Amino acid sequence: MLFRYLFILLIIFPIKVFALIEVDITRGNLSPLPVAVSPLSIDDSSKENFKKILKKENLGSEISTIVENNLKQSGLFNPLNKNAFLQEPNIANLKPRFEDWNLIKAQALITGKVTFVDEKLRVEFRLWDVLAGKEMMALAFTTVPSNWRRVGHIITDKVYERLTGEKGYFDTRIIYVSEKGPKTNRVKKLAIMDQDGFNNKFLTLGNELVLTPRFSPRNQMVTYLSYFRNLPRVYLLDIETGMQEVVGDFPGMTFAPRFSPDGKKIIMSFAQDGNSDIYTMDLENRIVERVTNHPSIDTSPSYSPDGKYITFNSDRSGYQQIYVMNSDGKKVKRISFGNGLYGTPVWSPRGDLIAFTKLHKGKFYIGVMRTDGTGERLLTENFYQEAPSWSPNGRVLIFYRETKTNSKGEGFSAKLWSIDLTGYNEKMVETETDASDPSWSSLLSN
Amino acid sequence: MNLSKILKNSFLILVASLVLTACATQKKSTGQLQGDVYTGTDSVEYLASGVPDRVFFATNETVLTTASRETLRKQATWLRKNSDINIVLEGHADERGTREYNLALGERRANSAKDYLMTYGISSNRISVLSYGKERPVDSGSNPLAWSKNRRSVSVKAN
Repeated sequence: MLFRYLFILLIIFPIKVFALIEVDITRGNLSPLPVAVSPLSIDDSSKENFKKILKKENLGSEISTIVENNLKQSGLFNPLNKNAFLQEPNIANLKPRFEDWNLIKAQALITGKVTFVDEKLRVEFRLWDVLAGKEMMALAFTTVPSNWRRVGHIITDKVYERLTGEKGYFDTRIIYVSEKGPKTNRVKKLAIMDQDGFNNKFLTLGNELVLTPRFSPRNQMVTYLSYFRNLPRVYLLDIETGMQEVVGDFPGMTFAPRFSPDGKKIIMSFAQDGNSDIYTMDLENRIVERVTNHPSIDTSPSYSPDGKYITFNSDRSGYQQIYVMNSDGKKVKRISFGNGLYGTPVWSPRGDLIAFTKLHKGKFYIGVMRTDGTGERLLTENFYQEAPSWSPNGRVLIFYRETKTNSKGEGFSAKLWSIDLTGYNEKMVETETDASDPSWSSLLSN
Repeated sequence: MNLSKILKNSFLILVASLVLTACATQKKSTGQLQGDVYTGTDSVEYLASGVPDRVFFATNETVLTTASRETLRKQATWLRKNSDINIVLEGHADERGTREYNLALGERRANSAKDYLMTYGISSNRISVLSYGKERPVDSGSNPLAWSKNRRSVSVKAN
């Protein structure tokens, strides 16, 4: 069993007030919103039951810690130290004493309650506007106890959405390539983890080289490149069942796969006789279509979210540049014109931007530009980094970075990093092993 | 400042930069690099006595140098003599490029070598091509010399 979709029932309590606090996520947030995450209250018998099932001392505190950590990592919120909280969790959830929370400078307060009902985990939580002294949101979930981490992520998504006005990205997973061994002979495995690094699992054994896994924007399917039997081909993997298959029957290397926005097609490069062009394969009727036909290298295709356009990487001008074309391959237009080489274009799920990797004067940059190539903005510079992938709400990019080795060729590492679209909140994403080629899933619950 | 003075100054700068470029080029070709193509023998193995197994490329290039063509002619001669042997051409790129583009580049490099072998009478069904992109460097260094050794097409016996 890898991932089962587990039912999460949402019961929405009536909400009386309109938002007073708001978080602006469109610019770098230098003063994150102070928020108090009160540990979710839990009665003694529920506590004992969850302790037996999940080996967690206090599930209420555990879930609130997930929320706290998510909020902190977003860079938009500043969760306050619990030691300063004056009110008991169970009382706060009924009626917060706003003066107390105001005193520690909390602007928002999250309270809640965890109970064990009919072998299930029931969580309710409330979001309070401390200054206005009002309840902003109240929700309850019921799910199987093993889903407890997801509950923390869903609460964060709801809070984030209520305060920023945009969908969150916390109840998501990252698929990536786990790396081990010397630089000259890396062993690579597909791996998947929750967005916060928990529940890491390896999906392949490392017997063959695997690269560039990408999530379907619709479901739990993944497409990636495998060197199984030394034949580099694009594969399709269902991470719920573990079933995998080769995509199409090409007489040569297929690579650089991605899904179409509806998840029904795979777009990829096929290389033959020294020339790489872009093809699609319909996953239902298996029909293969050629999209580009040019003697240059055409690769790294990525659809616009409406499926009408494709951005891709080509060296038809002599060097690697970014292009946009209609999804039928017509009206090819170069959009990158800055100094340097451009690669790995990937269309934002919001549709307005294309993220890319840029190489200029020996440095690698992750940047974004509008889909007509204007408004280029470089977010981060490093010795080596590439392959940005968007969070499902289009606010955060995850990518990988490799270190420079010393004069003896030692000290190589590859790690995942993330950065906000604003250019702020750049940070390493912890992984068990070295890691590369991250791809962000869509929201698991909606 | 009058015009002649400006011209004179820029002339001096021009001369100075010419001298500098000359030094730089000289320095490069005296080492194991010509331009930025590897000319040494560090990582090179041999298919048979006097038959090197690999050729090297300039950054982002897939064209064969004079030295590469010479190596491939030796390989072609050896392959003609050993008609039972098939080869895999493994194309590689250095680490200074995006992974996907490098896969395409490795494939193109290996095919440059394949095309040349074919013009010397080696049948295409004796040659297969496999790109590793930047996945299998021979030198783990992060410097121009290491990168030059990694930009390569290697002929490997398939049987």
